[in-house]
Amino acid sequence: MRLEPLPNPSPLRSVGVTLLALGLAFALVGGVFWAYGLGPLEAYRTMLEGTLLDPRGWQEVLRRTIPLLLIGVGLSLAFRTQFYNIGAEGQLLLGAVLAAGVALFLPLPPALSLPAMALAAALGGALWCGLAAWLKNRLSVNEILTTLMLNYVAQSLVIYLINGPWRGKDVRGYIYSDRFAEHQQLPVLLGTNVHWPTLALGVVLALLLQLLLFRSTLGFRLRVVGENPGAARYLGIPQSRAFLVVALITGGTAGLAGFGEIAGIHHRLIEPTQLSSGYGFTAIIVAWLARGHPALVLLTAPLMGLILAGGDVLKVALNMPFRIVDVFSGVMLFALIGSELFLHYRLRLR
Amino acid sequence: MGKPLLQLRDITKRFPGVVANDRVSLELYPGEVLALLGENGAGKSTLVSILYGLYRPDEGEILIEGSPVRIASPVDALRHGIGLVPQHPVLVGRHTVAENLALGSGAALFPSRRILPLIERIAGGYGLQVDPRAYVHQLSPGEKQRVEIVRALLRGAKVLILDEPTSVLTPQEAQALFRVMRELKAAGKSLIFISHKLDEVLSIADRCVVLRRGRVVGDLPIERASKTSLAELMVGRQVSFERRRQTPAPGPVVLRVEGLEARSERGLPTLRGVGFELRAGEVLGIAGIAGNGQSELVEVLAGLRRPQGGRVLLEGKSLPSDPARLFTLGVAHIPEDRIRMGSVPNMSVAENLALRSFEQPPIAHGFLLNPKALATQAQEQVRAYAIATPSVHTPARLLSGGNLQKVILARELATQARLILAVHPTYGLDIGATEQVHEALLHQTRLGAAVVLVSEDLEELLSLSDRIGVMHRGELLGPYAATEVSREQIGLLMTGGAA
Repeated sequence: MRLEPLPNPSPLRSVGVTLLALGLAFALVGGVFWAYGLGPLEAYRTMLEGTLLDPRGWQEVLRRTIPLLLIGVGLSLAFRTQFYNIGAEGQLLLGAVLAAGVALFLPLPPALSLPAMALAAALGGALWCGLAAWLKNRLSVNEILTTLMLNYVAQSLVIYLINGPWRGKDVRGYIYSDRFAEHQQLPVLLGTNVHWPTLALGVVLALLLQLLLFRSTLGFRLRVVGENPGAARYLGIPQSRAFLVVALITGGTAGLAGFGEIAGIHHRLIEPTQLSSGYGFTAIIVAWLARGHPALVLLTAPLMGLILAGGDVLKVALNMPFRIVDVFSGVMLFALIGSELFLHYRLRLR
Repeated sequence: MGKPLLQLRDITKRFPGVVANDRVSLELYPGEVLALLGENGAGKSTLVSILYGLYRPDEGEILIEGSPVRIASPVDALRHGIGLVPQHPVLVGRHTVAENLALGSGAALFPSRRILPLIERIAGGYGLQVDPRAYVHQLSPGEKQRVEIVRALLRGAKVLILDEPTSVLTPQEAQALFRVMRELKAAGKSLIFISHKLDEVLSIADRCVVLRRGRVVGDLPIERASKTSLAELMVGRQVSFERRRQTPAPGPVVLRVEGLEARSERGLPTLRGVGFELRAGEVLGIAGIAGNGQSELVEVLAGLRRPQGGRVLLEGKSLPSDPARLFTLGVAHIPEDRIRMGSVPNMSVAENLALRSFEQPPIAHGFLLNPKALATQAQEQVRAYAIATPSVHTPARLLSGGNLQKVILARELATQARLILAVHPTYGLDIGATEQVHEALLHQTRLGAAVVLVSEDLEELLSLSDRIGVMHRGELLGPYAATEVSREQIGLLMTGGAA
């Protein structure tokens, strides 16, 4: 066997390679099901029946798609610019903290409270990520490390707040903040948990960022920086400014996801693990699958949403540990990164 | 002449869209130097890759000493006695010469010590001066090349392929290489010498095979070849070699450089008191062996590096250190590295043509890009510079070196330049594209641009420049009037000898 470089792979190839990688991931996870003592086909059928073929299942898929979509569109832009933000989880939490702060402590006319919470959340996420960009630009600190580490800082901050100063008055032994007022809660589709304004915001952002990347002068700059830093230097396009811009955008969308979770579902600031269940990390796969096109996140976010919701079904229906979704995400990321090679090479049997 | 050592019979290799080698047949006899000539894209590299086992031919066969062989990998090639001396040495810089040579061919224990006597025997036998204990990163390009030759010989090569070996050498080093080649030949080795420098081919080869568009268009003994006949075979039409340039009447001073000092990232001085003046319409050639400060000088002039001392005045004003501002002031920069600096390979030809102008109308419409204007402007430039590309939306990485360079030229010279910094502008280009680049540069001088031309090709420097300076260890020697300095004098200055 040998690898042959392909000078001009067609766009269809990347679709095919991605589908094959996903297929491989599903097969490998099927093996895990089998080792657990379940028929793989049986398990997948249960997952599908419990999600897509079930009216309540649909809602679960959508509910989980929303944060993945919001974070994913920002991350796909960041990865394209070669700014590797691994800290969306922390940025989501910071967004939630600031939104909760506005809700709990800032007296505002009811009509303004939700917009103000959203704005504060975006700002919180943006600043949290902007910190990493600033450190990268100023001191050349690798953003992968700083964004990752800032996750833990954000988690500790949330835990501190709900244990201490922001702990609710009527919560007895529990640790969380007071409940938000009615006008501080996002409207949902009737009888569901789907906070539709955030979903709409995600769709708009996906299209907007796609437009920004390919149809604006700023997007052109970002692509030059991402594709060839040497050329950016030669043209006098400052890399540092591009990093700061994408950091603010990707952090901001993650912050909005945090706003959606607390204003749409939990209605209070709660423990970090319950607040997010790892959306910030799962969204990395969502963005990677979209291969640098924010608009494609509209497809990849529901796919991961489906897998997360499917994991819940497996837990309930077949008594599997919920951590099976982590196995899913891990195997998928492995298969996807491994498949990158085949975007530009093909295997030849001699 | 006896029996051929190596024979190629009707070798054909197709790539999507092109036939890189079209029924190529040739023979190589023991103890002969065969020159393989051809423009870029003529199929020389493909043929070499086939011989060295990197590609396999679609059709045809390779015979060694009369019997057909299959060469599926470089290991096979070496087993059959075919060695390659690559254009750019593939050595581990932090290791010694002996350690590098022991890699892959040494004994299991103390490989680099036990290989020493073998290295000395082989190197001594062919007059190859190498110090096995020296660290590779301290060696000059010529010395690294000798290490590569020793490596091929260590592995028992009977056929040595030298891929553009003189492109990194000074004239003196090239002469030393030719002495080694003659020794090897006398010892019965066969050499395939790839080059497009016709003078060298005429002085060292016994026979030459000319490729054009994948086919053999000439196979003749060197006594029957001349510079013009070979060039015609290569290009398919007549080529002139005269100095086309009349020294212009001096215009106003465009660039004044005074006492420029710069240090490298590691704090070593790279520019020491460099000063010169450049007038409108003038071409200043800068010669020098790579690493003597040419790149740093250009980086300072292009706003990519801050000098530690001295000053640079562009039309009397201090030079800003922002490449984007410099471009608007009329400083065009044709960089040394087309792929890592001069272009964005994954973006389209149209986008690459717009790298300098995407923020101005008509391409920019406020914050938005106008894709139609982008394409229209690109189409005009593709026509004006005869850039061969399937479409303006093709990614730039698919263009050949010559066409990519034309994209860069078209972009940099789109607005009237006051100062053009051209670094190795024709490196790796074929004769046709080289002529076009030269013509574009000279045309700009007639419009009043001043040109700083950095090149390792002395032929090019002598035929285009009005004055030539030589960089040596960070100092600028000269500049001398091009009419008053010879190739040999420049070569000596490059190596630190007196003119």
